[in-house]
Amino acid sequence: MTTPQAAAPAITSLAPRRQVLDLDDFTREEIDLVLGTTESMREVLGRSIKKVPSLRGKIIMTLFLEPSTRTRVSFEQAGKILSADVINLSGSGSSAEKGESLLNTGLTLQAMHADLIVMRHKDSGAPYLLARHLKHAGIVNAGDGRHAHPSQALLDLYTMRRHLGSLEGRKVVIIGDVAHSRVARSNIFGLSAAGARVVLCGPPTLLPLELLRGRDTAYPTANVSVETDLDKAIDGADVVMALRIQTERMEGGATPSMREYTRRWQVTEARMRKARPNALLMHPGPMNEGIELASSLAHGDAQRIEEQVTNGVATRMALLYLLLNGPEASA
Amino acid sequence: MTTRPILIRNVRILDVGDAFDQVGDLLLRDGHVASRGGHVSPSDAIVIDGTSLVATPGFIDFHAHLREPGFEDKETIATGAAAGARGGFTTLCAMPNTNPAIDNGTVVDFVLQRAREAGPVRVLAVGAVTIGRAGKVLTDMEELAGAGVVAFTDDGAPVADARMMRNALLYAADLGLPVVDHCEDYTLTKGTGIHDGWVASRLGLAGYPSAGEESLVARDIALAGMTGGWFHAAHLSTAGGAELVRRAKQRGLRVTAEVTPHHLTMTEEWVLGHQGRHARGPLTAAAYDTHAKVSPPLRAIDDRAAMVEALKDGTIDSIATDHAPHTWSDKTMPFDDANVGLSVLETAFGSLMALVHGGELPLETLIRKLTVGPAAMLGPRHAGLATLRPGTPADVVLFDPNEEWVVDTARFASKGKNTPLRGATLKGRVRLTIAQGQIVHDGMQPETLKKVARS
Repeated sequence: MTTPQAAAPAITSLAPRRQVLDLDDFTREEIDLVLGTTESMREVLGRSIKKVPSLRGKIIMTLFLEPSTRTRVSFEQAGKILSADVINLSGSGSSAEKGESLLNTGLTLQAMHADLIVMRHKDSGAPYLLARHLKHAGIVNAGDGRHAHPSQALLDLYTMRRHLGSLEGRKVVIIGDVAHSRVARSNIFGLSAAGARVVLCGPPTLLPLELLRGRDTAYPTANVSVETDLDKAIDGADVVMALRIQTERMEGGATPSMREYTRRWQVTEARMRKARPNALLMHPGPMNEGIELASSLAHGDAQRIEEQVTNGVATRMALLYLLLNGPEASA
Repeated sequence: MTTRPILIRNVRILDVGDAFDQVGDLLLRDGHVASRGGHVSPSDAIVIDGTSLVATPGFIDFHAHLREPGFEDKETIATGAAAGARGGFTTLCAMPNTNPAIDNGTVVDFVLQRAREAGPVRVLAVGAVTIGRAGKVLTDMEELAGAGVVAFTDDGAPVADARMMRNALLYAADLGLPVVDHCEDYTLTKGTGIHDGWVASRLGLAGYPSAGEESLVARDIALAGMTGGWFHAAHLSTAGGAELVRRAKQRGLRVTAEVTPHHLTMTEEWVLGHQGRHARGPLTAAAYDTHAKVSPPLRAIDDRAAMVEALKDGTIDSIATDHAPHTWSDKTMPFDDANVGLSVLETAFGSLMALVHGGELPLETLIRKLTVGPAAMLGPRHAGLATLRPGTPADVVLFDPNEEWVVDTARFASKGKNTPLRGATLKGRVRLTIAQGQIVHDGMQPETLKKVARS
């Protein structure tokens, strides 16, 4: 296991940044700062008394208008370890269910002096709406539709760097429903910025069509390619990342059957042997065991799935800390 | 309002429908054009100095959503007509996606009554193809035609069922009226609000592919060929759709098409915010601009160019606004949930003039597509609206092709402030609109002068 970049970050705070909507507007220094801070937070997380007073007196509201367990709990735990007051709001039983608009919900939370709103929403771009209208509360995007999931991409980057060091020239294969995945999208942009080669693999109906057909695209094509054949895609990979398959999507006719999907795109032991020795096996969760990954792999030596979860808490601690504890934030 | 004669002096009279283009005097009397060209000196007239301005027939909008009855919080016939007047439009065709829909004679009567109350801007009604626009049962088209509708459409929605469209074309042909289809194959476009291009990919939004329009245009052309009916493609937006219409016209089919100002001037990039100027860098909080959400969506750069080309070569007959006013909260939502459409009437001319100033479109062609083109949709009952020949209705717009102005939605007469052009500087301004011989919009004095005069 290699040590993460030891060089001291050139900056020490994300201020005056108040929002994390996606990674596309992060400088390289900012990413290094978050990943470096994540390393310190992992140390805090490993203590027997998991509590530091860094964010005492800060109010974080999690607004999850789409079902989620892992990400919400991860943010909540991150906030609590840092001594912030964390208040959780969800879709059911909230004013959203009574027909209150997203904007009015956001304005209400801001009026309650929330320092930070961590939000998830079924619609791509929903956090941008609040970012346009909320002048005081910060916003962290915890997943918007099929657009972005920046904290997931950061924790994935951290996990990869922790094991591989620099990602320059590394081959990362992302498998599954790429077209509808905010995890894939954020990782594609994050990884290609870090110099990795990304190969997207899955059914042709679930890959970005314009990449498949070589048309004008938003994806950075210098680093990103598509391949429907998993046996080819996985060849020589440093990281194998399987995405969650939504059964609704299957029933919608995107693929013939789960059986067909499993046969062609499941990561199996035989397929993992085509990857580089010691290649990392990752999955953002929640996993459909026996579909995206063979069960033997899901609990095997190569998998970094539980480590991703741990790193997720540390990454979110870093994000919250750097957003709320900067000189600007305390002013 | 006045019934005094109006004399516009020393104005460029551009009457493309009658191949007349001269600088001289235009005299309007008793609701009609009395004389054009030369110099006249009637003693009782209101005199307007038209120096360096252009007078053309009032613009005709074949496609406006005036929202009444049913959605009066978005617009009323009166506010829509006032918005039209500010935009230089003297005739508006009200789309039937109201509540109740304009699907029987009584609702037509109501709309036309409200229009008369609103004043001299002509508001005509378009009837629905199916009851409640639900796609199940044909409306009584003969009754609707008798009440005065100028066309049939379920706009907002396509006539999804091909046999229904066949039947509608046959009935409408019998009445001499067009069936206007909103060409969108829902099985391909469900849940989309943006063109299926690079911006959709960038934003993680489900895209409406060009094929979603092209497939229904192709179907409707085939049905027009089969029935001999008149198919008019509403708000055409794709290069492929334009090519299909071009070939159908070459085959001699009764097919016409319109395009909106926004599909002629804006592209998918506008959804990134910053009025289309945002480059391929990081997104800003202005991204997911719901004011650029419209159906059909703003398309790719090549589609926009193809629309201009199709307008020039006669494939597309007219420019129609698809004016779709919405309230603030209808648009202040996550992108997928926000309503579709732009408030267009008051910016149409100014935004379209960019095509003229940019050398893409001759002024004469622009005026033709705002007057002669749509007038041809309206039939003999509304003849003479697209010319300034003496004896025709005194529907006139007077504009300064070079005046620059800033779009201030607070000044809109329309209730719909939903335009991505807010704050934009447009070059080309409507200065005076006269409908049926009456001044319905007077913007002769530039705003700056007014302010100076007040202070």
